[in-house]
Amino acid sequence: MLVFSPLVLSIVAIIILLATAAVAPIISSRQNLLISFSFVSASVASLIALLAGFLIVSSGATDSLILPIGLPDLPFYLRFDPLSGFFVVIIALLGLMVSIYSIGYVRAFVGQRSVTRLVVFYCLFMAGMLLVLLSDDAYFFMISWELMAVSSYFLVCFEDEHAQNRRAAFLYLLVAHIGALFILLSFGLMAGFAKGFESFSGYTFSAMRESGISHGWASLAFFMAFFGFAAKAGVFPLHAWLPEAHPVAPSNVSALMSGVMLKTAIYGIIRVGFDLLHAPDWRWGGVVLVFGLASALLGILYALMQNDLKRLLAYSSVENIGIILVCVGLAMIYKSFGMGVLASLALIAGLYHSLNHAMFKGLLFMGAGSVLHATAERNMESMGGLIHKLKWTSPLFLVGCLSISSLPPFNGFVSEWLTFQSFLLSPALPSPILNLLIPLGAALVALTGALGARCFIKVYGVTFLGKWRGEHQTEAHEANWPMKIGMLMAAVACLALGVLPTFVIGWMDIIPETMFGANISASAGAFGWLWLTPVAAERASYSPPIIFIGIIIVIAIVYLVFHSRGGSVRRVPTWDCGFAKLTSRMQYNSTSFSMPTRRIYGFLFNIKETVKYGSNQYLPMFHNKFNYQLKVRDRLWQICYKPFADVSFWIARRAGRLQHGRIQIYLLYSFITLIVLLVVA
Amino acid sequence: MTDNISPILLEGLQVLTILVAAPIFVGWVRVLKCWSQGRASAGVFQPLRDISRLLMKDTVLAQNASWIFTATPYIVFGAVVMAGAIIPVISVDLPLSAASDIIALVALFAIARFFLALAGMDIGTAFGGMGASREMMVASLAEPAMLMSIFTVSLVSNSTSLSQMAHVMTMDPVLLRPSLAFALLSFVLVALAETGRIPVDNPATHLELTMIHEAMVLEYSGRHLALIEWAGMMKLFLFAAIAISCFLPWGIAMKGDATMLPLSFLLLGVKLAFIGVFIVAIETVMAKMRIFRVPEFLGSAFLFATLGMLSFFILE
Repeated sequence: MLVFSPLVLSIVAIIILLATAAVAPIISSRQNLLISFSFVSASVASLIALLAGFLIVSSGATDSLILPIGLPDLPFYLRFDPLSGFFVVIIALLGLMVSIYSIGYVRAFVGQRSVTRLVVFYCLFMAGMLLVLLSDDAYFFMISWELMAVSSYFLVCFEDEHAQNRRAAFLYLLVAHIGALFILLSFGLMAGFAKGFESFSGYTFSAMRESGISHGWASLAFFMAFFGFAAKAGVFPLHAWLPEAHPVAPSNVSALMSGVMLKTAIYGIIRVGFDLLHAPDWRWGGVVLVFGLASALLGILYALMQNDLKRLLAYSSVENIGIILVCVGLAMIYKSFGMGVLASLALIAGLYHSLNHAMFKGLLFMGAGSVLHATAERNMESMGGLIHKLKWTSPLFLVGCLSISSLPPFNGFVSEWLTFQSFLLSPALPSPILNLLIPLGAALVALTGALGARCFIKVYGVTFLGKWRGEHQTEAHEANWPMKIGMLMAAVACLALGVLPTFVIGWMDIIPETMFGANISASAGAFGWLWLTPVAAERASYSPPIIFIGIIIVIAIVYLVFHSRGGSVRRVPTWDCGFAKLTSRMQYNSTSFSMPTRRIYGFLFNIKETVKYGSNQYLPMFHNKFNYQLKVRDRLWQICYKPFADVSFWIARRAGRLQHGRIQIYLLYSFITLIVLLVVA
Repeated sequence: MTDNISPILLEGLQVLTILVAAPIFVGWVRVLKCWSQGRASAGVFQPLRDISRLLMKDTVLAQNASWIFTATPYIVFGAVVMAGAIIPVISVDLPLSAASDIIALVALFAIARFFLALAGMDIGTAFGGMGASREMMVASLAEPAMLMSIFTVSLVSNSTSLSQMAHVMTMDPVLLRPSLAFALLSFVLVALAETGRIPVDNPATHLELTMIHEAMVLEYSGRHLALIEWAGMMKLFLFAAIAISCFLPWGIAMKGDATMLPLSFLLLGVKLAFIGVFIVAIETVMAKMRIFRVPEFLGSAFLFATLGMLSFFILE
């Protein structure tokens, strides 16, 4: 039965993706055919990978394979276990939706520019992400990681005529490579302690897993890997590239980058922290927890300040990655104290949030793409009233907003609830200082959640509700069918994951089982599929189906009782208090909606606010012209990034003096180096 | 057979109680307020009469209103009634009470708030957006304090399920716990903010400088307004009920103990009457604070809850 083993299936999916990338340039002269062919085959590949991931998690088995390719004596090791299977499911599920969406979305570029590059790198990007999850040795992992990073670089700079896009792509590539360097160093450190280092077999993950690495070196290896992966995941303070790079990519790519590419970094942290190094020290978890909290809170605060729809969504990814890291950190803390069940709960919360975030962030980015497609506008300040024009996009986008604001019965709430439950169990820890500090983390997560709801009310209210704020009324047109289907699938997934969490948790419970030898399914599903009781029924219970159906029943009864009685409904102009006619400029916009937050948390930002008045010369007291300017910047640019950039440019300029471009001088350098080496050695 | 029927009957009885008692409770608060200010009152049944009059009136919709605006009153009402079916008001033995613990319950109120804020922004007037922005600001500040308060109570009862909390509190031999006192204080401050009472918001004002909640629902009329007002009254009632079941649940009917019901009703009435007096006392002696003082107010609520948690770990 090797033919149908999940590992083989996922390899088939990757081969389809690579083959599509190879075929694409051949048919690049027929762009419409190219789009249909390549995205349909990407959807098929995603479907196969989805099946593979689903099967491996349900069976709980581990497949492995050695591919005799690569350098001599250094074959590629592949391994497919429930953890990688779960992340394959995340990637493949969103990949499927986004690929279908792309069939319609990418068509908008036809006639403007060639989409061949987009198609090729899209397929390579998907294949790279899947390969990262399958690789079981440091060498192959780094190759896949680079494939993913480089192909996404080309996707970010797809619309390369704007200098801003090229700059964002460069920043992205830079941070990705600094991160990759640290991951490589960490692998090197672990391989150095692994058995068989001399015979060149220390580079496999299985050798690292068995290595007797000492505690100090293990900590160093873990923190280097954490730093490297954090750079990729956009964890505060390494997030600066994310809000630059994600918005400028085409929206289908932004959906994949925000929804799933960041998750490969989470996968890396879990793989290295729990699987390779066994998370022995609670301080590791503490550091992860603190970084997670900082990302979550600052990410959502920065998101609230944004006026660019896609940039806001990118900042909100920083927040969600933070929440996932909070769960991972908690799991590490519980694991280090040997509390398997609690560690499982926290890890499940984190993994569930990863899946949820992929779904709702994918949905929101697809919706943003649809808005962009309809209005050619990314700035929310000049949007409004789209709910009257986009009959499909607006309810689907609302589902995304409800999910990300963690409101029941949608999926975001399930993972938030599980996160709170794992926080609330922290009094069981034997360390008093942790007992006192961890609940404060829970309060920060609560604050983040509430600010998230505020942020997405702003997004929906300013973009879709009210009246059009722009100068010119644009002819907004609804998305085409493939786009609608892609978004609809994501919205259905958001609702299904929110209403039926017990099935999903029962399915994925094998992951903590293989890592900690403990699971939560015995208690989580103890009262049937209706009730989610992660620890015990007396402790806490939540039944999303009952809540969902209950609310619908109440609404139905109330509607039947009060609405059907008749009573006329009149449509009238809005009451303007008897003054001049209301204009759409009088509405609250994005900037004014976030003003209270700007005022309360202003110390975290670099805010420049200027107001200029102009007045008639005869009536100087009465202003008739107002010029308001507001600049909100990430304070970190000044503190963290600018000094680094300045120093590296300074060094580069000094080093540049050595380079004259004349071959004689370079030969002289080599000669001098040789002499020096001979003398010293 | 009776074992199965009685919890369902109880559930129905409770929902009916909440639907009727919430306007009466608000009426009681208004009567007390009138007395304290030396005015003649309209009686405790006036809010009920208001609701029934609004239900009979025609509805006027603004031209720009979308389906969000017309759906919101129903969604708000549905979420709040659902919350009412979960909180143990007259008995801890409710079949639906396990459907959500207190964290999910807070989220049910959040659904209502989310849609109200959206509806506020739907018409496209300055008032709606202002109300939505302010309401969400207050809510985002209240949330951490609320969670800390819940956390402290759950330390005592080892549970976040409201029925279980009420059960443990009734059985608890220790009557005075400092941690609970702090948690109660914090909960009161949060509840005042969440239900839009003085000193955070003034339910009786329509002045643009001070409106929060009213600004969001300014454009509603007829049966839509009736549903929103009714839901708002139930929200106040339910916050009082949460406080009762977390902090003073004595007298609530236990599992399979139907004979306790009349006493339970009576005690509930007495407790609510006292809570009404308490609310009016606060609203009479305090003025509404400036909106940018609210962070300090809710910050102190957070501080109290944290103190409660500390005192649990240190003293208990």
